[in-house]
Amino acid sequence: MTRGEAVPSASATETVRAAREHARAQAGAVAEAMPTVPASRFAHPPAHVDPRQLTWAETIAGGGYASKVLARGTTLRLTDRDGDACAHLLLYNADQPWERLNPADTVKVPWQAYLGSGHPLLSDQGRVLATIISDTAGGAHDALFGGSTRSGNEARYGDGAAYGPTPAARELLRTAGAKHDLGPRDLSPSIALFKRVRIEADGSLSYLGSETTSTVVELRVELPLIVLIANAPHRLDPRENYTCTPLEVLAWRSHPTGPKDPLWSATPELERAFLNTADYVHARGLDG
Amino acid sequence: MGDPSPAPHPTGTLPEGRVLRDEQVPARAPWSARLDAGQLMSIVDLGGNQAVDFLAYCLPDTTERYSASETMAAQGNIFLSTGSVLRSCEGRAMMTVIADECGRHDTIGGACSKESNTLRYGHHTKHQHACVENFLTEGSRWGLGKRDLVSNVNWYMNVPVEADGTLGIVDGISRPGLTVTLRADCDVLVLVSNCPQINNPRNGFDPTPIRMVISAP
Repeated sequence: MTRGEAVPSASATETVRAAREHARAQAGAVAEAMPTVPASRFAHPPAHVDPRQLTWAETIAGGGYASKVLARGTTLRLTDRDGDACAHLLLYNADQPWERLNPADTVKVPWQAYLGSGHPLLSDQGRVLATIISDTAGGAHDALFGGSTRSGNEARYGDGAAYGPTPAARELLRTAGAKHDLGPRDLSPSIALFKRVRIEADGSLSYLGSETTSTVVELRVELPLIVLIANAPHRLDPRENYTCTPLEVLAWRSHPTGPKDPLWSATPELERAFLNTADYVHARGLDG
Repeated sequence: MGDPSPAPHPTGTLPEGRVLRDEQVPARAPWSARLDAGQLMSIVDLGGNQAVDFLAYCLPDTTERYSASETMAAQGNIFLSTGSVLRSCEGRAMMTVIADECGRHDTIGGACSKESNTLRYGHHTKHQHACVENFLTEGSRWGLGKRDLVSNVNWYMNVPVEADGTLGIVDGISRPGLTVTLRADCDVLVLVSNCPQINNPRNGFDPTPIRMVISAP
């Protein structure tokens, strides 16, 4: 953290007014992990994005989390800048959070275990919460095995608490969810982006991790969403040390998938999922 | 090539012990039970290739529940069979498979629902019965609801994953009488849906009854 110039000495906080000056002296400080507010001030938006359309710009340190409520039609871009971020995601319909990401349907309905460009992230209500619309990670993700637990991290690293040095993904998601009044029953199975796990013919798991740096995944938000993101090592990461680099999050207003988009009718399952989503949006009055 | 394994007993192969409950679950029906730590639960596939959707919750705090993710990650394999430990979302051992005549079972495919059936097969299947209906109605008897449903086990269901990630429910490898027996490692509540799906081979397109037995060793 780069502190402001005029940080008073500790003795300068003896009075309320002095303490106020001390606190206000932090203005303008910059941390590696922080949000940019307003997001339109983010320094490096994509060339094709009008900065005024930015709605979320935040860097999440390894062992950190963030959450946001995003409108339908948002593009959510996650960047693994240094090659060792792992984005554990939970998604909820913001109108009715009991409708949430269902990893089983997300792999079963598209007949595909591995996430990649064009893959829908499905809810338990037969609707698309978000769609992966681009993926420079080449499918290096995991929908099934990624979430670490407090007890698991205690055994692996000596600690797994959210406040400790090596927080578990589930503990971070628990805290992120609690900010939206979501409790333990709402902590559904999460998916993990930026780490590849392969399933062998005998069913065994091969952890391959990530292959490159500066990988970018873009999700198109298809329903109003509560998005919870924890950045923590994958459950199967074999490295002895808790290894996790910053995750960059950027979101901007864009458009949901429509009938003219090739993705809409890419497969019969996907088309029916988009039809169900549009049906909900229309009945709910979200299409204006 | 002939089948090298001996024919299973048509009504199942049960462990030694005092039988506490022995019930036939009709085709398409839900079922549930409470097991004390140490008690055994046997599932008998009476008709062959009958998928048995299954969820487990710790007692008394049911917010700690089965985790497919933790179970598969901890054993390093997607298939469940003898020796597999069903783990909770906090990593705790909930139940252990102590005998399995079938060979492997699924825990990535999830439960069928009316809603997902519309995606998989078309909107004409919206009003067909589904496992989520069973989980919701049976769970409600124990105070559980929609938010308590998570990725489940599918006993006797065959879901291979190909090298490129293509996966799907294919013809089963079970036969009439094959039995799976689990030991409860803590006090648990189990929910079962005797799968009513008729649009894929998980029940041989013909749902059949199963036998559920709880015993004390």
